[in-house]
Amino acid sequence: MTENLPTGNLPTGKQLFRNRLSGPLPDVAGEAGHEADHPPRVGFFTDTSVCIGCKACEVACKEWNHVPDAGFDLLGMSFDNTGHLGADAWRHVAFIEQQRPAAPVRGAQDLGMPSFDRPGTRTGPEARTDFRWLMASDVCKHCTHAGCLDVCPTGALFRTEFGTVVVQQDICNGCGYCVSGCPYGVIQRREGDGRAQKCTLCYDRLRVGEEPACAKACPTDSIQFGELDELRARAAERVERLRERGEAGARLYGADPEDGVGGNGAFFLLLDEPEVYGLPPDPVVPTRDLPAMWKRAGLAAVAFAAAAVVAFAGGR
Amino acid sequence: MGSNMAEAHPVGFQWVMEAKERGAKVLHVDPRFTRTSAHADLHVPLRAGSDIAFLGGVINHVLTEEPDFREYLVAYTNASFLLSEDYRDTEDLDGLFSGYDDATASYDPASWQYETVDREGSAEQHAGASAKETSTPHQHGSGGPKVEGGSDRIAADPTLRHPRCVYQVLKRHFSRYTPEVVARVCGVSEELFRAVCDLWTANSGRERTGALVYSVGWTQHSTGAQCIRAGAIIQLLLGNIGRPGGGVFALRGHAGIQGSTDIPTLFNLLPGYLPMPTPEHTDLESYVDSIRADRQKGFWRNADAYAVSLLKEYWGDNATAENDYCFDHLPRITGDHGTYRTVMDMVDGKVFGYFLLGQNPAVGSAHGRLQRLGMANLDWLVVRDLTMIESASFWKDSPEVETGEIAPERCRTEVFFFPAASHVEKEGTFTQTQRMLQWREKAVEPRGDQRSELWFFYHLGRLLRERLAGSTDERDRPLLDLWWDYEVVGDEPQADDVLRRINGVDLTTGRLVDGYTGLRADGTTAAGCWIYSGVYADGVNQAARRKPGQEQDLYATEWGWAWPMNRRVLYNRASADLEGRPWSERKALVWWDAERGEWTGHDVPDFERTKPPGHVPPPGAVGPDALRGDDPFIMQADGKGWLFAPSGLSDGPLPTHYEPHESPVRNALYLQQGNPARKVYGRPDNPSNPAPPEARGEVFPYVLTTARLTEHHTAGGMSRTLSHLAELQPELFVEVSPELARERGLEHLGWAHVITSRAAVEARVVVTDRMRSLPVHDRLVHQVWLPYHWGATGLVTGDSPNDLFGVVVDPNVFIQESKVATCDVRRGRRPRGPSLLRYLEDYRRRAGITAETGTHVRTTGPAHTEEDP
Repeated sequence: MTENLPTGNLPTGKQLFRNRLSGPLPDVAGEAGHEADHPPRVGFFTDTSVCIGCKACEVACKEWNHVPDAGFDLLGMSFDNTGHLGADAWRHVAFIEQQRPAAPVRGAQDLGMPSFDRPGTRTGPEARTDFRWLMASDVCKHCTHAGCLDVCPTGALFRTEFGTVVVQQDICNGCGYCVSGCPYGVIQRREGDGRAQKCTLCYDRLRVGEEPACAKACPTDSIQFGELDELRARAAERVERLRERGEAGARLYGADPEDGVGGNGAFFLLLDEPEVYGLPPDPVVPTRDLPAMWKRAGLAAVAFAAAAVVAFAGGR
Repeated sequence: MGSNMAEAHPVGFQWVMEAKERGAKVLHVDPRFTRTSAHADLHVPLRAGSDIAFLGGVINHVLTEEPDFREYLVAYTNASFLLSEDYRDTEDLDGLFSGYDDATASYDPASWQYETVDREGSAEQHAGASAKETSTPHQHGSGGPKVEGGSDRIAADPTLRHPRCVYQVLKRHFSRYTPEVVARVCGVSEELFRAVCDLWTANSGRERTGALVYSVGWTQHSTGAQCIRAGAIIQLLLGNIGRPGGGVFALRGHAGIQGSTDIPTLFNLLPGYLPMPTPEHTDLESYVDSIRADRQKGFWRNADAYAVSLLKEYWGDNATAENDYCFDHLPRITGDHGTYRTVMDMVDGKVFGYFLLGQNPAVGSAHGRLQRLGMANLDWLVVRDLTMIESASFWKDSPEVETGEIAPERCRTEVFFFPAASHVEKEGTFTQTQRMLQWREKAVEPRGDQRSELWFFYHLGRLLRERLAGSTDERDRPLLDLWWDYEVVGDEPQADDVLRRINGVDLTTGRLVDGYTGLRADGTTAAGCWIYSGVYADGVNQAARRKPGQEQDLYATEWGWAWPMNRRVLYNRASADLEGRPWSERKALVWWDAERGEWTGHDVPDFERTKPPGHVPPPGAVGPDALRGDDPFIMQADGKGWLFAPSGLSDGPLPTHYEPHESPVRNALYLQQGNPARKVYGRPDNPSNPAPPEARGEVFPYVLTTARLTEHHTAGGMSRTLSHLAELQPELFVEVSPELARERGLEHLGWAHVITSRAAVEARVVVTDRMRSLPVHDRLVHQVWLPYHWGATGLVTGDSPNDLFGVVVDPNVFIQESKVATCDVRRGRRPRGPSLLRYLEDYRRRAGITAETGTHVRTTGPAHTEEDP
């Protein structure tokens, strides 16, 4: 899944006959009804290998987008006191203290995932030989097939001309369907307000030719903003270089148009399995199975109808 | 080392990441595994306060295995110079150098001099006790101390074999700093230590260089200045100074703090590192003579031009040759007036008023309780800050109110709080760590009563002068004679005009000078800070230049302006060989262009432009004229980089491993335990935890250190008040290793408190493998650390970890030892109210602490306590 490198956006003949709820989609904005001269699709390439965990992205995002604080709680999750993405955290920097990095071989292995023990109960000098501290800035993925958008009944969520997914605050009625529609747990309703909130990829800044606030603030270029095609090419090169340098666990996450959401607008370079970072290993947009479900529902309806007819006819 | 660059300087750290991408190896030697360690190729944890033992080990490695850069070493450093026969090393005196005086706990450095120079003439500037009281070594921020005779031929042995040559003295001094000793003292395995030695020495020579970065993890020790000396020795041995990619980088603690030492707010310095005069300086001539020697090399020889120009800038037309350019208007310092002495004088009722600007000592300074009790004993206190900080509100919400030591209704201090304009609400310059001045524009108007510092002081001066107008009292003359006519628009003095006056003006033509070589001693030039001369060269604000890096070469010399003379790499003559050719194409920076007869290159050459590399000065030449063509260190009195410092330091010519003032172990190398010249303040309100050979140190068995987090700004005034920063690190915590957690029964996210003889501070526990307990001597030493950002006000509050430290300072620059102490750690919250005082009293009783504890500065010598005021 995440091992696969992007295969490009050109649709194959087979894909053209696929439904439009899953799989690669070369022109996501055009598909949503934007004119042919719409700008190219943009996104984030978050290269976690150079993230220094400064959280400037979190702060810049909140400052620009007027996102309120999410409470003053010491979480004890390493240096992470944000916890997860949500209505009041559109960027989230995860910190993973790893006793043993995952072995690069596939198959049964120790993922080096955070244990259920309280820190310190099972560790000590022996465990520190391969200690490492991973940092990664998470964000809304701006999926090719966005679950939140697909299920939104009001049209508050929409696909912008840049191919990003944005909530219109004046339309959202707070129904919350989108919350369960997101396979990553990104979107959330704001407490005391009720409306759904998430990263807009700084739509207002994009409209005036500026890059998003988080990417602008990132001191090490861990968050790179740009045209998606170009970012994917850059990311492929980067992952190769890291592997050559011995970073065997380096892989891309969300860069594959063949994955369960048709690839992400915001994708990542990770140094370990996605689970280690708290990311779902194989996310699937819930609406992918809609055609199949309708097919089966249709079949069932036909069967019922047939049965009814038979019963009716038989009753005579 | 001693730096957490990724967290404390994240914007600068992007260049380290960039270098790493290009193949540079990043080594991080630090007690803690930090966000910097996470990106280092190698992290080496060591015991806090053992840095010199580690660096001494590296020096010993270089001196024994000889991977040094020999041509550089012989030609550009003082390695070959012969020392006097009277010099005695720590190897001879079991941890002391010659010249130590027990009564004053200070050194007479005369015996440290070169064999052939005038020792008494060179040493007077630093003679023992008075130097230690006025922090004279601090006065060399832009060049070396004087050496009378530095311009004469100094006896030398270029083969480096003479037993009294600096190289051999160094070899002997560091011979005991073996990998085994490093392991024993620092807790660093021999294998890791050797890995550091190999990586460091591999980045040396013609083709390669290595850079050394440090921060307050090195400086805030009783041996702080010597830590940096040790790093500089390694870099000189490896030829890593004055060359691209080399250097010793001090990462400063704030955006503009380099500027606040260049144009200082310190008691013992005038702008441009001119020393503050003392009562012995009866006239300008005796003052200038005390700075420079008659027979020395280098540009400090022209100190008279810098001093007179400064006096002309202060007092304008009132400063004339007849009245010694108003030299007598300058105050004289008679002793220690450093920040900690001043606080004790406040406690003792000797100080009545205090200005605090952009500083929050109630949280940010060592021994917070002493700070707050001092401020509670003033007539008046002026605080200018962005927010209401603890140093303005201590009288009603400090821990001492809880213990009953300060009663709000009886606290006599009248506090005047002035809201300050922030850096985006005023214009001016920042001087950053590379000595680069960057002009910044005003982005928004200040709100309400917020005003710039410039506004405050300009109008304060104006009002005081109005109040004193017509006074015949002699002591009012300095204020009344001031040249106080800065350009004002509306009621705001113009920062641009101030910068022009700092740059300097030729008073005969009214033209701005183009650099410090244009300053004169005859009263015809005025300049506020000689090292900044040139920042307004050609009448252009050079600090405001913003040509993008992509449109320039690697050195981007058209971005901002760096002192001196916009040189980006100091002493860059050393980037070329003796004949003036780059050491290698790869490492070319400046070189001699024989055809044009001048120095040229990517950077502004830090050398006289037309002096050829082979130049030999005529006999009797002094000052810049005495510099040879191969003397790259043009501010030094002998033109060389100093492996051995024959003068200029209060605590010895070579770095030596001393245990911190508070340490759990005995010094493994010498009888002498701590820095024998450190400044202690032995008084009942400044107790020390006992350290070996004193008994009962086991009451405080752990090593304590503090640090900053990326998410907060120092004492928290600029971050605990902002929700978007406060939520990222909402609470004070103490990090402990799993081993210590087991030993003391501490639970992750549970409560614990840290205790010293000064204070008990409670915090939530974070158990993490990032903290390591280290094998030191024959035991496991546990280390704990706390971030020090919390206090009583703001959106997130908590105890202040700096309360845990006492006041003991490095004798060279008076910086406090606040990066290491000993402590105890207990499960649960601390006692509250008056019972806290009893709790601490009990600890002091159990440890047998009196005012005498820790004041036996020489381990087997007398105590140095203070009399009751």
